[in-house]
Amino acid sequence: MIAKKSIKIFTILAVVFSSFTSYATSDGSTEKEGQVNSPESINAYIKHHLADSHDFALYSYTNDAGERKHVGFPLPVMVWTSKGLKTFMSSEFHHNDDGHVIVDKGDVKLTKIHSKIYELNEGETHVAFDDQHHATNAHKVLDFSITKSVFGMLLAGLLMLLGFSSLARGYKKGAIPTGIGRVLEPLVLYVRDEIARPNIGEKKYKKFMPYLLTVFFFIWILNLLGLTPLGFNVTGQIAVTACLAIFTLIIYITNGSKDFWQHTLWMPGVPVLIRPVLAILELAGFILIKPFSLLVRLFANITAGHSVVMGIAALMILLKAKFGTVGATGISFLLTLFLSVIEVLVAFLQAFIFTMLSALFIGMAVEEHEHH
Amino acid sequence: MDIFNDFSVGLFAMQLVILLLLLFLLAKFAWKPILNSLSEREEGIQNALDEADNARKEMQNLQADNQRLLNEARAERDEMLKEAREMKNKMIEDAKEEANEAASKLMAQAQAAIQTEKKAAISDLKSQVANLSIEIAEKVVRDELSNKDKQEKLVESMLGEATLN
Repeated sequence: MIAKKSIKIFTILAVVFSSFTSYATSDGSTEKEGQVNSPESINAYIKHHLADSHDFALYSYTNDAGERKHVGFPLPVMVWTSKGLKTFMSSEFHHNDDGHVIVDKGDVKLTKIHSKIYELNEGETHVAFDDQHHATNAHKVLDFSITKSVFGMLLAGLLMLLGFSSLARGYKKGAIPTGIGRVLEPLVLYVRDEIARPNIGEKKYKKFMPYLLTVFFFIWILNLLGLTPLGFNVTGQIAVTACLAIFTLIIYITNGSKDFWQHTLWMPGVPVLIRPVLAILELAGFILIKPFSLLVRLFANITAGHSVVMGIAALMILLKAKFGTVGATGISFLLTLFLSVIEVLVAFLQAFIFTMLSALFIGMAVEEHEHH
Repeated sequence: MDIFNDFSVGLFAMQLVILLLLLFLLAKFAWKPILNSLSEREEGIQNALDEADNARKEMQNLQADNQRLLNEARAERDEMLKEAREMKNKMIEDAKEEANEAASKLMAQAQAAIQTEKKAAISDLKSQVANLSIEIAEKVVRDELSNKDKQEKLVESMLGEATLN
């Protein structure tokens, strides 16, 4: 039924797009400043999107006067410089991202290069670049700005607080939730019954439920926010996934049972000479490899997803010469739609896998072996 | 892409703070009440199911009891009927026996009475016959003994008869 319907819709779209191509091909494309229409600029655009950003940009266009206009809103910048904390709105950078706009905060001069804020060395007024486009007379500052990613996290956190506190309140009225709670409750049960219980065990899973639930919904909501036109890429920031992975690491290290430490550091049942080697391997596995796999998996999946979706969307521009505006748009629309559907699945899958593996590692750490 | 250059310490710190805060708030205001309510509800459901199960078992027991009682009652009724039938037969039997006994007693009495009557009648008859015979004999003897020959003859014949006997 649904498949039939979607096939119908696709057919209609295909027909509409192909019929428009005939007269939409010759679009007098005069090059305008800042337009993204070459493979290089598309690459740069995708890279720019994947990085964190200090503005909340919705879209940008070039008006008839040749001026680049950005639609969005600025976010607060909070940086810890050599002269202390400086706060201002990101609009002071005027959307410049290559170090040409210098913000003078009295005793420090700040500039933004590729989404990073740099502090110019004492006495410098302009950024000097080497041949690899690295700033030579400026250094990075500790950046606690409410960047787009932080904004996204706050938004996700707010959504979670609203949704789940409403579910929690719903139980006071009756055993069966109403409204949004009806959607959230099965998800909570899913995390509890399919992730926590089987991996951690009936006796100990309760202690870790708040963390697993928080992480699962946090990642999932952020992944989904990343698929909206708002263009968040929070779970594609390595700092974010690293933080999540380190959380899991700390939780399973601090909750490790006696058995866990014994098996990790001094494995019984193997020759004594091999035990130190095993201990090194096990420690490396638990402290480095497992968290690293967690952080890289989530980061790489989301980054790859965003790159591919944006790349496919860019086909609209790259194929314009061959298929015409509408034809290229149609092709890229259908492919992007298809990929976005997969990305919706990936959004859930990655949240699930992260939570699942966290639960698995916690389960390994808290497990108590039966002594024979 | 340069991953380590992309790593933003500031973002990491912000994420740490946000995640801790979120964890704390959600644990307090959402996860705890939600999980408690869920387990409470599940326990409630489990209890209700257990109760229903128990009730069903009790019902089965009751039904089994009823069946047993019914069977017992039926057996008792059969027993009673059987006893009554036996009693009836026995009574009939007894009555018949008694009747027979009474009848045979009566018969025996009757026979005894008949026997006595017969005896009485016979002895009566005998005495009468004897009397008659004596009278006849007296008369005959008186007649006969009027003449000596005849007397002798008679004695003779009688003796003759007597020897024949």
